[in-house]
Amino acid sequence: MRMNDRPSWYDEQAGPLVRLYALTRGRARPSPVLLDLLSLVTAENDPSRDPMLSPEQAAVLTLCRIRPRSVADLAADLDLPLGVTRVILTDLLDYGHIRVTRPVRPVDIPDERLLQEVINGLRAL
Amino acid sequence: MDSARSSFVALKILVAGGFGVGKTTLVGAVSEIRPLRTEEAMTTAGLGIDHTDGVAGKSTTTVAMDFGRISLREDLALYLFGTPGQDRFWFLWDELAQGALGAIVLADTRRLADCFPAVDYFERRGVPFLVALNEFEDARHFDPDAVATALDLDPGTPVITCDARERASVKEVLITLVEHAGRHHAGRATATVSG
Repeated sequence: MRMNDRPSWYDEQAGPLVRLYALTRGRARPSPVLLDLLSLVTAENDPSRDPMLSPEQAAVLTLCRIRPRSVADLAADLDLPLGVTRVILTDLLDYGHIRVTRPVRPVDIPDERLLQEVINGLRAL
Repeated sequence: MDSARSSFVALKILVAGGFGVGKTTLVGAVSEIRPLRTEEAMTTAGLGIDHTDGVAGKSTTTVAMDFGRISLREDLALYLFGTPGQDRFWFLWDELAQGALGAIVLADTRRLADCFPAVDYFERRGVPFLVALNEFEDARHFDPDAVATALDLDPGTPVITCDARERASVKEVLITLVEHAGRHHAGRATATVSG
């Protein structure tokens, strides 16, 4: 697409402009890899800045602004089933309101030192 | 989409076993326990159904799991998931088992057979697990070695006794599991390198 002379309200930082799935409230199946139970959700925006958010979407942003939370934690916090939570998160992701990161899984890289830290942490509980 | 990894380390531990064996009690003894609900298609589970037309429908059901979190450090947490005991919810286990550090199979010696499906499942999936015998007051004491033989466990699979109500006892179960999982995963890594 070629840029024209008209001033635009967005820039590259705004991210992709096509949000058809979100605009149609499409229930596209969320990526199972990205929205793993233990994937970590970080809020990118303040919920009060977008009046279009549903109460559930706003609640996710409010919770994740305090500290990043896992998908499982969010479902429990919101008292919503996991599938519903994932659809809400997929929409927020499409809007650019959240960032999702996969946690490091020690299973991928067996790390003796890390497991020892876990054992020490458990003993200290 | 951002699929970068964070520095946050989350370890997933499953708690399985027959109905009424004390899974909820065990998770609650070491962590703040919360119910986690999930809704699943019941009729054709595992057939790769596309959920694009919404999650509500007659073929879906809500299943509750016990869910607990133990924060060991700011960037290190242990997540416990109590798996629904009934066979018909086994499709849930696959997601739970994926990337799990290990599993606790909680057993009641009065109904030892109830834990057979869980033992089978984790053996087949290669998920390291231990068997924890929940010591109910009116239960006969069983020798862990005899239980290992009765369950036909692979050598090296720990069998220990515990009291699911006692925090200290459940901590010991978790420590034993993490040690066992460490040996299991290290052994697998060695086998991959040499094989």
